[in-house]
Amino acid sequence: MSARRHALVRWLQHDRRAKWLGLTLCIVALVVLPFALDASVGRTWVRVIDLALLYTMLALGLNIVVGFAGLLDLGYIAFYAVGAYTYALLASPHFGLHLPWWVLLPAGAVLAAFFGVVLGAPTLRLRGDYLAIVTLGFGEIIRIFLNNLNAPINITNGPQGVNLIDPINIAGVSFARTTPLLGIPFPGTHLHYYLFLVLAALVMFVCIRLEDSRVGRAWVAIREDEIAALAMGINTRNIKLLAFAMGATFGGVAGGLFSSLQGFVSPESFVVWESITVLCMVVLGGMGHVAGVVLGALMLATLPELLRHTAAPMQQQLFGKVILDPESLRMLLFGLALILVMLLRPAGLWPSPTRRRELTSARAPGAV
Amino acid sequence: MPLLEARKISKSFGGLQALNAVSLAIDPGEIFGLIGPNGAGKTTLFNVLTGLYKPDGGAVLFNSVDVTGKKANRVVEAGMARTFQNIRLFANMTAVENVMVGRHLRGRAGALGAVLRDRATLAEEAAIHKRAHELLDYVGVVRHAHALAKNLAYGDQRRLEIARALATEPKLLALDEPAAGMNATETRSLRGLLERIRADGITILLIEHDVRLVMGLCDRVAVLDYGKKIAEGAPSAVQRDPAVIEAYLGGALP
Repeated sequence: MSARRHALVRWLQHDRRAKWLGLTLCIVALVVLPFALDASVGRTWVRVIDLALLYTMLALGLNIVVGFAGLLDLGYIAFYAVGAYTYALLASPHFGLHLPWWVLLPAGAVLAAFFGVVLGAPTLRLRGDYLAIVTLGFGEIIRIFLNNLNAPINITNGPQGVNLIDPINIAGVSFARTTPLLGIPFPGTHLHYYLFLVLAALVMFVCIRLEDSRVGRAWVAIREDEIAALAMGINTRNIKLLAFAMGATFGGVAGGLFSSLQGFVSPESFVVWESITVLCMVVLGGMGHVAGVVLGALMLATLPELLRHTAAPMQQQLFGKVILDPESLRMLLFGLALILVMLLRPAGLWPSPTRRRELTSARAPGAV
Repeated sequence: MPLLEARKISKSFGGLQALNAVSLAIDPGEIFGLIGPNGAGKTTLFNVLTGLYKPDGGAVLFNSVDVTGKKANRVVEAGMARTFQNIRLFANMTAVENVMVGRHLRGRAGALGAVLRDRATLAEEAAIHKRAHELLDYVGVVRHAHALAKNLAYGDQRRLEIARALATEPKLLALDEPAAGMNATETRSLRGLLERIRADGITILLIEHDVRLVMGLCDRVAVLDYGKKIAEGAPSAVQRDPAVIEAYLGGALP
């Protein structure tokens, strides 16, 4: 059994044709996915996947800060908010401005990076718990600003949020409507899916390349021992600021995309809980391992939805009434899942090979 | 002209005067030993010289450049690399990755280069890899290149730390108790390594407790006691200095 599986894995890894075949199948599956979901379980699920892809970008961005550089950031969602509001305010009737998405997404990214540096600069000397508290405060400050900047001058429209945000519009194809392309009708959720998929893949690519580079090694060195990193000539200040800025950039882009998808943003979307969720995705998936983080994000973004849709009907069928409201059940299981993962797989569900070695090295030294 | 010159370095922590106007001058090509009883201020002086502490007074000149109070990364850039008394490797990186981090300073690739992997970046990465393996081979831990640093044997960790410091292309290598915790065989082979490093043109500053290592290896020795320099000179002369004997063994009975 295991030998046969080994042979299969080896064939997949070493035969070029097998590689291409596998890749093609994956791409086809990803292309067909929204239509398959739409036809089988409904359009809501395409939307869930859209959001899951946004969370993937967020988790990958946070992974740079927390996973690579080891800087515990509990206010990461603030950068998502910066990107989302940049897009929302400049492409909605709120100010009567309707700038195109290809200006707003980069603008949101740059502004988020700027805020990343603004947060990073005063916290350079802080580590661990202390940094976590400051970043937590920073995240809340941004949200409270968004909530209250409606008087004396109305900038953010306060708790009501910004409505009627322009959708992304590529070559005359609006992502808000169903558009026939090549004779097939593409609903907006599907179009968003494809765009998010491409961008999430791009973010993943950037992260993988960064990890195995001079900059990536410097980040990990700082995570491992900041004094030693300094003594190796690493300009720890700049390298840490770069981590904050890069992480924030991805958050900013994801925020802009979120605005386009939802058509509406309000401060409620950027509460502390969201930061914690993204952090959980990183930790649960496998801190510092790009593929693991993607897995964590996809799982934590879709499983609760699955539960939401199945918990109530299942209880109805089993007991004749709903005993536990799905929302609280969700929290319960979420907490339980976290505890279990931390107990059974402390390095995450899919840790990087090195991290896995770290945890098994006690048993088998040198067995690499 | 000395390669490293410390002029009247003073440093205190609260009410404790850890260093009191200590001056040193290390010539290019020599192995200079810094000894003294525990708590004499050796590591404090080390930290001041390598930029981890700012001195309260005095100046540090390296290669005739004033590096007083410069941050540690600038000091390394100027050409003074160090190791730590309590080994500070990047524990969860492999041995070769540790040395590759040491090459950081001499590389240029940024985030954009990392993502695009242009020709210059690829060439730089290849050179870093090659140099890191050479250095691992040089200190004798190349067979553990892909083991995590924390899984290496103690003596190998010390050697790896030296390789990592050498990766920064130093003119002066400052070693804080490299033989601490080593047995006689390991110490002897460490001595061979240090002599080879000196022969390759790198000046060495050495804090050490192992008297035989210091006496056999160092060209000159300075002795610190209670933050003051009490003796300096050839090892054999210092060994006979009454002030040194008193510092180590205490004064005569009253």
